[in-house]
Formats: sequence, C-alpha cells, structure tokens
Amino acid sequence: MQTRELVATLAAGVQAERVLFHEQDVAPYECDGLTMYKTKPQVVVLPETREEVCHVLRTCRDLEVPVVARGAGTGLSGGALPHAEGVLLVMTKFNRILDVDADSRIARVEPGVRNLAISEAVSHLNLYYAPDPSSQIACSIGGNIAENSGGVHCLKYGLTVHNVLSITVALDDGSIITVGSDALDSAGYDLLALTIGSEGLLAVVLEVTVRLLPKPEEMRVVMAAFDDVTKAGDSVGGIIAAGIIPAGLEMMDGAAVAAVEDFVKAGYPLDAEALLLCEVDGTKEEVAEELSRVESILKDSGATMLRVATSEEDRLLFWKGRKSAFPAVGRISPDYYCMDGTIPRKHLSLVLRRMREMSEQYGLRCANVFHAGDGNLHPLILFDANDPDEVKRAEEFGAEILELSVEVGGTITGEHGVGIEKINEMCVQFSSDELTQFHSIKAAFDPTGILNPGKAVPTLQRCAEFGKMHIHHGQMPHPELERF
Amino acid sequence: MSPLVEDLRRRLLAKERVAVVGGNTKSFLGGRLLDEPVSMLEHSGIVNYEPTELVLTAKSGTSLRDIESCLKDARQMLPFEPPQFGAETTIGGVMASGLSGPRRVHLGSARDCVLGVRLINGLGQHLKFGGEVMKNVAGYDLSRLSVGAYGTLGVLTQVSVKVLPIPDKEQTQVVECSQAEAMEILIRFGRRPYPISAAAWIEGSLSIRLSGAANGVDSAARSIGGETRADTDQFWDSLRDLNHVQFDQENQWLWRVSVAPTTPSDAIDSFCFDWGGGLRWVKTDPDDFSVFQLAASLGGHATCFARERTGGTGMQPLEPGILRLNQRVKEAMDPFGLINRGRLLEGYH
Repeated sequence: MQTRELVATLAAGVQAERVLFHEQDVAPYECDGLTMYKTKPQVVVLPETREEVCHVLRTCRDLEVPVVARGAGTGLSGGALPHAEGVLLVMTKFNRILDVDADSRIARVEPGVRNLAISEAVSHLNLYYAPDPSSQIACSIGGNIAENSGGVHCLKYGLTVHNVLSITVALDDGSIITVGSDALDSAGYDLLALTIGSEGLLAVVLEVTVRLLPKPEEMRVVMAAFDDVTKAGDSVGGIIAAGIIPAGLEMMDGAAVAAVEDFVKAGYPLDAEALLLCEVDGTKEEVAEELSRVESILKDSGATMLRVATSEEDRLLFWKGRKSAFPAVGRISPDYYCMDGTIPRKHLSLVLRRMREMSEQYGLRCANVFHAGDGNLHPLILFDANDPDEVKRAEEFGAEILELSVEVGGTITGEHGVGIEKINEMCVQFSSDELTQFHSIKAAFDPTGILNPGKAVPTLQRCAEFGKMHIHHGQMPHPELERF
Repeated sequence: MSPLVEDLRRRLLAKERVAVVGGNTKSFLGGRLLDEPVSMLEHSGIVNYEPTELVLTAKSGTSLRDIESCLKDARQMLPFEPPQFGAETTIGGVMASGLSGPRRVHLGSARDCVLGVRLINGLGQHLKFGGEVMKNVAGYDLSRLSVGAYGTLGVLTQVSVKVLPIPDKEQTQVVECSQAEAMEILIRFGRRPYPISAAAWIEGSLSIRLSGAANGVDSAARSIGGETRADTDQFWDSLRDLNHVQFDQENQWLWRVSVAPTTPSDAIDSFCFDWGGGLRWVKTDPDDFSVFQLAASLGGHATCFARERTGGTGMQPLEPGILRLNQRVKEAMDPFGLINRGRLLEGYH
C-alpha cells in the first residue's frame, strides 16, 4: 500500500495534523519500553474520538493494513512495536477520567489515562486503584488492559483482570461493544477475562471501568537481610504457611542490593546475599498483629538483620530502593535486559543457582529482583547495546532463563506480556495444537488479522524455524512442516 | 491419561457429539443437555497441592468435599466459597458453572481464582492453558474463559486454583434494618478498610462477616456495632447453598439477579441480597420471564434457578453484538458444535 493513498484515506476521517507519516514525525514512535527492537511505522494516527478510532480500523481492514495500538509506550515486551507497513494507533489523547462514583467505588476512564492518575484522582475520597506496575507514573490503563499488568501488591490485591469491571472496545470492523458490566459478573462467556491480557490482538480499548478500594488505615514494612538466598526463600514460605498474605513481599539479591544502595541510600545492608521487604496493611489492629508475627517468622528463618520502618518516611525510603532497582542497575551498566519469568516459589534457589552458572557461561552480570510472594522473577541482564556480541549473548541468556522457568513448571511471562520479545519462547511453553487454538480465538475477533499481527502468538512456521517446538508425548507436532 | 478422558478425546476426534457433567448437581441451571451425558466423577484425584505455593491442582471429577477437607487440614480454603447443591459437587462442575459464594465480594470469584485448566476442545485435542503459578500472561486467558461456560467450550479435565489461608477469626455482626437502610450502611462502610468478607440482607436484617487477624476483627466489630451472630458458619453456608428457608417456596420461581451492588433496593423486589447488594434473589410466578427485562434495564443479568423450568436456558438473552462474539468463540473452541449441545447458547447448533 502506498503511503500517500493510505494517508489520504485515513485523513478522510481523522484531522490531517493528527495523521503523521514524515520520517521525522514517526521516528519517536519506533519502539516502546523494549528498546532493543525498533521499527518505524508507515503512519502514526493520534485519534481523539471513538469515531476516529473506528474509521482507522475500518480503513485498515478494507485495505488490509496492520494496526498496532499503543498507550504510553512503556511496555517491556515490544507489544507496541510498530509494523513497518502498518498504522500505529496512539491512544494518548484519550486521557480523561470520565466519572468517579465514590458510593459504588468505581471509576470510568479513557484508555490513555495513566495508572497512577486514577489513584491520585480518587485519593481525596480515601480510595485508590490497586494494581501498581513499577511504571505506574507513566503507563496507561489501556496498556495495563492489554498486558494484564500486575505490580508489587498483586499477591493480595490481584492483577488488572481482578480489578476491572468492564471495558468498551472497538472491534476490527469498527463496531463497538462493552464486555463486562458494573455487576460483578456477566451473562455469556467471560469475554472480559479473554480480552484482558490479549496484547492488542483482539480489540482496541476505548473505555475502562475500574474497581476502587478503600485505602488501608495503616501500612507497615519490615526489611530483613539474609546471608543465604535459600533462607530468604524459606522465610517467604513460612509467612504464607502461617496464614499471612502480605500486601507486598519483595526480594532482591546481593547484586541488586549493591546497585540500589549506591543509588538511593535506602539503608540496605551491603553484605546481604538476599534482602526481603514485607509490607502488611489494614486496620491498625490487624497490622500490629500481623507485623509481630512476620517479625518472629523472619527471625526464626535466620534473618541477619531486621528493621521495621518506624515512620512513613522510612517506609517510603525502604520502597524507594526496590522501586529504583531498574534505574539503579541502569547506572552500573550501559544497558540492561529485564526478564519476567514466573516459577513455583519452591524452586527459587535452584533457579538462582542455575542463573549464576548462566551468568558465568555468557560472561554477563545479572541482578535479580523478585516479586517473592507470587514467584515472579525479574532478572536484569547487564550488557552493552553497542557491542553486537553482548546483545546476542544477552538475548540468549534471557531465552535460557525463560526456558528454565517453563522447565520448573512456571511461565515465560508473569506480567510483561509476550509481545515480540518472547514470541519464540511461546513455542517452548505451548504445543502446536494450543497455539492453533489461540489463532482460532484471534480469528473469532479479528478474521482479517489486522490487529497487532506477528505479536504474542507465534505461527507454527515460526516455531519450526526456531527449532524448539514443544514436544508433546515425544511426538513432533505437524511432521508435515519443513524444519530449518 | 485415564480411559474416560481418552474415550472422550477419541469420540470428539471422530466428530461424535459429547455431553459431560460432573456430579450433575446443577442440571437445573442452563438449558437441558440434548445428548446423553457422561459423568466425569471417575476422573478424580488431587494431582498437586503444596500449601505454601497457595495452589491446588485436581482432576475435574474430584469432589469438592474432598478438596475442601484436604485444604482444611492445612488451614486453607477455596477463596470464592463455591456453593454446593449436593454431595456430589465436583471441582469441574464448580468451574463450569462459575458460581461463587458470599466471600466473592472480598476475595474474588471462581474465575478470579482459576490459574490453569486442561481441556479437550471440540477437535478432540487435549490442551493445557495457564498453569500453577499466580502470575501468567502467556497466551490468551482461556482458563478464565472456560469458567462459567458450562462445559460448552471444551471438556474440563483438570483445574488449578489459587487457595488462601483460612482467616484466624471470623465473626458476623447483625443489624436489624430495612433493605434500603442496609444498602446505605454498606456504602458507608465500603469507604473504610474494614475486613468485611461477606455482607447479606435477609429477613429484615443485615449480616456483615468480618475475617482476619483477631484484633482487627474485634475492632471492626466494635465500630460496626449490632449483635454478634452465634451461628456464623451455619448462616453463611445456608445462604451460599440456598438452603435458607426463604429460598424455598412452592409454585414460585427463584431468580438470581446480578447487578451493580449499589442499585437501589426499590429497583428490584428481592427478598434477599448477597455480595453486598451485587446479587439480588427474586421470586416470581412460574413462567414469568419479565426478570430478564428488568435485569437488562439495570445493566445486569438474570439466571433462572427454578428446578421446575422446562424450556430455554434460563439465562439472560445476550445483546446481538455480544451474542455474535459468543458464537464465534464457541466456533473457535468447538467448530462442529459437538460438546454439551443445548446447555448454554440457546438455538446454537
């Protein structure tokens, strides 16, 4: 498709100044938060109304042009990586909070609203929106829907899918439907759960209704240092076995602690092999009771140091360290590559040991931050993007970590999504029948396949080329396919 | 793989129609199966349960009672408090119906707690989606999609669910009041961080269950006031399983109406609400389907719970755009329309 012809058709329904196609205008959109992958889109459209979104979708469907929706562009798996022949649909102008109903504890917002802006807008009502991905000051709620984003509080408060009541979406043919409702469940199949986390492959989000929670009366955090990762891991199991579900339960390894302490001076002990942050929240009485139990479990598990934040300032400082882990690592290495595997927690020490071995094998440093409560690991692989060999080794190291996550019974992605980044590893986690099932679900929503093609679910050909097809019961699926 | 699962797989592969039930305790919900059902009861057993991982995996025919007693031994529970309409309730049936009990307002629904499933799709392929970890966003969420699908998207053979600790203390406060007053009280308390794990109104009184650390429960109970219920477990169990005497009335049909919890009490003539107002229980004369219209006008949906109903699915009719997507999703999972014909989408195949 000629750019001129595409632009002219798009501009028939969208103001021309919001249809960008000159190279210097589209260049800022060439990647999302995963900067290792860059592609300039043919056209960027910044719609302001539903009609404009639907016009873009209908145009692209008629002309068979790919459409990639983009929120704030903070995604870490390349889900919003543009398509070279496609339209990038940038939803940032949909940035209004439409309605807050304090009695019902819900807020209706447009998809471009930032995650944190929701909590800020309802703070005076003593309410907040629970999922808090670390990019929450920048990431948009529409992007959170696409990725089913989590955060540090999701063991207790759930992921995006647990905190969204309904979404209004545009389908590939430009029709608009609402899935979910203000009621707690809906008739028919759970299309809401299906759409959340579908990485922009099924529909484009136009409006979101989120559930709000009352702010806890009190939040207290305790920091514990360990001289051994296994002991730290066991203490997490101990807290849960005691019947306590902390609001946050985060772990960092020695390498991450060192990078963070140098950066923010959070008071983390530099000799720790593992550092645990455990936050409990609720009413004053609940917090006091749970905190004393958590402290005694941590002591019994062999913590070498234990500190409870005594003021709100202290508490925020403890968390600042954890929340600054990525930029802190960014200071000690030209580039870093953030992985996102989830594992059954019992395999933590095995996985950390294997990662240390890989680190030596690939000659690249690795720092670990870990949502310990739910088993979601974020190894940060340190490398230099100007060195092509290091880039290659970093990618191979990352892929091996993901395969290890699957091997121990986990998953290649806990909260960042597959996007373009982990598309090959999908062939490891799923059989060809399972991938084919995903493709039929995609076709049910988007028969012409214009929405974010090439992301999230690999074609069987791609898996055959990748050469790591999931082998089911020792049988090679699709023996008729050529393998390279 | 068990002979039953292998047989079902083989039959679907041969494009034979298949109907599947668990303990068949919820046959009064949804449409009547058009084919002779096979029970999954023999496909049972807990496959994996490690309390500190907060996950339990069981074959679909495993009885809910076995699962709950196993969890109880480790002082854990299914967070969504599933209803049991008979001793033979299975975990597969719980997930297929997607029903959740009073605790749903606090800890989420059946769909919220499912982490992974294995199912046989309409092509006879035995597939695995999700897994045994809390966070997993690889691939579309077909595990949650299959919850509440009444087995029409595939034969569930195994499910993994999130489990949680049994609270240290539970206590129920009762306040005598009208339904309208009850809703006002809940709106007020909803802005406070009280550990409320259930809230229901029946027979002129509002019951609020508090769960959690003992001190937290005690202090919240003092703030809320009212009398403390002596029979807290019994009360919530009977509400969950619809055993309360109010649910039984001859020559009347029982309806479950799911609406926004703050929907005014005078908008629906209900004799009981659960889920803090989100579930309204309604009784009508037999064959009075006007509840569907009422539910739709309030942005919610209704389900007929009358055992006497003969025709239809008793499920809220879907609006055209949603119905079309439902049908396409069904076709994607079961292209020849072989599984559980008649159960859910009326007039489909």
